[in-house]
Amino acid sequence: MTTKWFGARVQRVEDDRLLRGHGRFTDDIDEGALESCIVRSPYAHALIRSIDVSAARGMPGVVAVYTAADLPFGQTDLPILIPHPNLTHGRTQRCLASEVVRYVGEAVAFIVAESRSVAEDAADMVQVDYEPLPVVITPEAAARAEHLVHDDVPGNVAAEMVQEVGAVEASLAASPHRRRHHFRFERAAACPIEGRAVWARWSTSERKLTVYDSTQSPTSIRGGLAVLFGLPESSVEVIAPDVGGGFGPKIMLFYPDELLVPFAAMQLGRPVKWTEDRQEHFTAVNQERGQVHEVEVGFDEEGRLLALDVDFIHDAGAYTPYGIILPIITAAQVPGPYRVPSYRVRFRDVYTNATPTSPYRGAGRPHACFVMERTLDAIAAELGLERAEVRRRNLIQPDQFPYEVGVAWQDGNRVVYDSGDYPTLLEKAIANLGPRPGGDHIGMGVGMYVEGTGVGPYEGAHVQVLVSGKVVAATGIPSQGQAHATVWAQIVADELGVDVADVEVTGGDTRRFPWGVGTFASRGAVTAGNAMAVAAGMVAEKAKHIAADHLEVDPADLELVGGNVQVKGSPDRGMALAALAVLANPVRYAFGGGTEAATQFTARPRPGPPLHEGEQPGLEATGYYSPPGSTWAAGCHAAYVRVDPQTFRLEILKYVVVHDCGRVINPLVVQGQIEGGVAQGIGGAFYERLAYDGEGQLRNASLMEFLMPYATEIPEIEIDHIETPSPLNPLGVKGAGEAGVIPVGAVLASAIEEALGVPITEMPLSPLKLFELVKSPS
Amino acid sequence: MKVNGVAHPAPVDPRRLLSDHLRHDLGLTGTHVGCEHGVCGCCTVLLDGAPVRSCLMLAVQAEGHEVTTIEGLAANGAPLHPVQQAFHECHGLQCGFCTPGFVMSVVGLLGQHPDPTPEQVDEGIAGNLCRCTGYASIRRSVHRAAELSKVPSPLRGEGQG
Repeated sequence: MTTKWFGARVQRVEDDRLLRGHGRFTDDIDEGALESCIVRSPYAHALIRSIDVSAARGMPGVVAVYTAADLPFGQTDLPILIPHPNLTHGRTQRCLASEVVRYVGEAVAFIVAESRSVAEDAADMVQVDYEPLPVVITPEAAARAEHLVHDDVPGNVAAEMVQEVGAVEASLAASPHRRRHHFRFERAAACPIEGRAVWARWSTSERKLTVYDSTQSPTSIRGGLAVLFGLPESSVEVIAPDVGGGFGPKIMLFYPDELLVPFAAMQLGRPVKWTEDRQEHFTAVNQERGQVHEVEVGFDEEGRLLALDVDFIHDAGAYTPYGIILPIITAAQVPGPYRVPSYRVRFRDVYTNATPTSPYRGAGRPHACFVMERTLDAIAAELGLERAEVRRRNLIQPDQFPYEVGVAWQDGNRVVYDSGDYPTLLEKAIANLGPRPGGDHIGMGVGMYVEGTGVGPYEGAHVQVLVSGKVVAATGIPSQGQAHATVWAQIVADELGVDVADVEVTGGDTRRFPWGVGTFASRGAVTAGNAMAVAAGMVAEKAKHIAADHLEVDPADLELVGGNVQVKGSPDRGMALAALAVLANPVRYAFGGGTEAATQFTARPRPGPPLHEGEQPGLEATGYYSPPGSTWAAGCHAAYVRVDPQTFRLEILKYVVVHDCGRVINPLVVQGQIEGGVAQGIGGAFYERLAYDGEGQLRNASLMEFLMPYATEIPEIEIDHIETPSPLNPLGVKGAGEAGVIPVGAVLASAIEEALGVPITEMPLSPLKLFELVKSPS
Repeated sequence: MKVNGVAHPAPVDPRRLLSDHLRHDLGLTGTHVGCEHGVCGCCTVLLDGAPVRSCLMLAVQAEGHEVTTIEGLAANGAPLHPVQQAFHECHGLQCGFCTPGFVMSVVGLLGQHPDPTPEQVDEGIAGNLCRCTGYASIRRSVHRAAELSKVPSPLRGEGQG
């Protein structure tokens, strides 16, 4: 493979239509669809005594009103996406609640009408008689278990897990220094700018269900719908068109609307669509990050870690549709890039009367990083060492890879870091940060992280050279803005020796590629990227073999350059890919760009049947890539901040990132991923807070009060890279989607703690929180 | 009202938002709706040349005015408007959902400040939320758009700002 495109700063091929307003998001699809609205619980915990929809059903313009009793799957618990032996008390919600509601926003009824406004008016007419029950809203309250979220889950504990490496008790007892810490993270919301939406059409004549869904995993939705509706998978098409940001919570199996909209379309024989509004997004879409950690650390006189004991509670929310992935990731990632000789981690995953949780960019890691980095800062302070120096003394060294941490990973394997150079990350970050600016109330922060990326099980790709010489490529995973169409085209273009502009990529459309898993866990580049290389490589081999027959040369002597297959170094002895695409399909009436040169009558005949045994027509191939284990990206962030001692306004004076995601396919895209990740981290650390009250009501379910940062809050981010290629996959890539967000809370906490001289042990912060801490330090 | 230079009759439904009217009655789905309470800025269009939130206006209020949407900046097949071109060159978009709103705000900003200072850029885009880019590339796009806007291009179609 030549690498003309891989690594180049290629400008995005998906921009033009998005910039002209010609993008196609789910709510842009209409085709005369009926519109819909979901009636949601206003209570965090209540018995449903009765539901009366008669008034709503009778309203002009209302086409259908559904409650659980109207659904053939109304009494079916929705699936647990990722079961685990330690999830002893997993619980999922039903599509529509009919007996108990367990969080504000839980779906109770579904209304289909001629317009959205009529559907909303009808929603107001649905009479639900609720009997409020005691509410469990914080993870601490859940663990105290004075009230239960589920009657049949003792102690509110969905899962418990303990892992130990080394001998923690003995190591702590023998440690010259010991410290205890309590670190608290609140819930956070991904808040993509496009809310969720679903559009569905049932064709009676074709017996085909077509669903457009703003999901990160159309292949899973398709499989689930086929099972639920008793259809062969070939009768269900799921397409994730342009998706306006995902960041994790747009992957579920299922959100209720993902069943209700297709079901209604099949029942009513008309397209139906549902588009979420921003207020319901705040309570109906999964959240993350609520965790409380008790930490004890033992270390020596030089600040070297000897033992780390972490016991944490994870706030699952009302249900566990996503299993226990989040606390497993935290448990695995607390040690980060550091050697921890003895490590014990216990977690309890507890139910609360709040929106369920599932991964949000970072997924268990921002809190893990916060625990480790805050602990290292405390060690530095106790011993009077520079914060960078404490890290330097504990980092895993470049010659220690592969490095086994000794705990379980989310894919069921053990955590084994594949490659990295952590000391260089740290030294570069400190150097790039430069000298401390002058002035008062300035603090420096530094934080490091590793990120398990590219989890399996697999992705696939289909690559085809058309008779025009153009190339089409498809994979199962959709893009939510990560430039898949550009970077997959770069990979394919290198394998086939064509221009990026000649490769058209489709993702997330089961009509084009029906197999796959989804876009999450910073896994696209590793899984789909390598699958693209595999499939395109197979096409290149096929092209060489066809050309070899006609040129009467050894395939090994051929190369793919400039849209041709040619004898190495001899551009005059070759054939166009377009002609080979015609030859690859031995029909009598070939028609297309390369036809004159390539029908079976004009091209050189070869012995045997036109299609030899084992051959398939078409210059195309389907390939898969299944990683042997996760790749491990890493990075170091450092910052200077100033905090105004009167207003507690945060000013980020300088923010530097040094990042290692293995080989970089497109620096422009990686830069965008990191800049966006850091901004999301800053929002989560200092501006955004989900303000639940004691009754489980989210008091700021609007963008007026949930303060996502604007440009005025986000500084310039200075980014530097190192590349330690992953030895686990052919492209040597790792993954870059989530990294930017992970250490931001830890870095800002470190810097603000120094600027104000008060301990920072929780997230998120805000000017008010800092005011309170300064007034009465905890 | 006129939308992208074409006259359209007023909508029948008096409670129709301008954003919904553009999207669902006129099929101009490039104008996006992210919050419907005037915070995210996705629905920004130009009303008589000035950026407004189309989700905070009723369609009937636009009667007698000229509305320009993202689709009105560059004709189909014509080169991109300088602001659109700058966003492309500077990777000023990822998912593209907030992008039409940003582009319309920036067209308005450059109309007021053809050569904006960094502070004017931040202020000019501080009514638009983006969750993907972290804004750095959007700032670069605005400065690049200011450069491109000064270069006369006979190839550009009509309707540019």
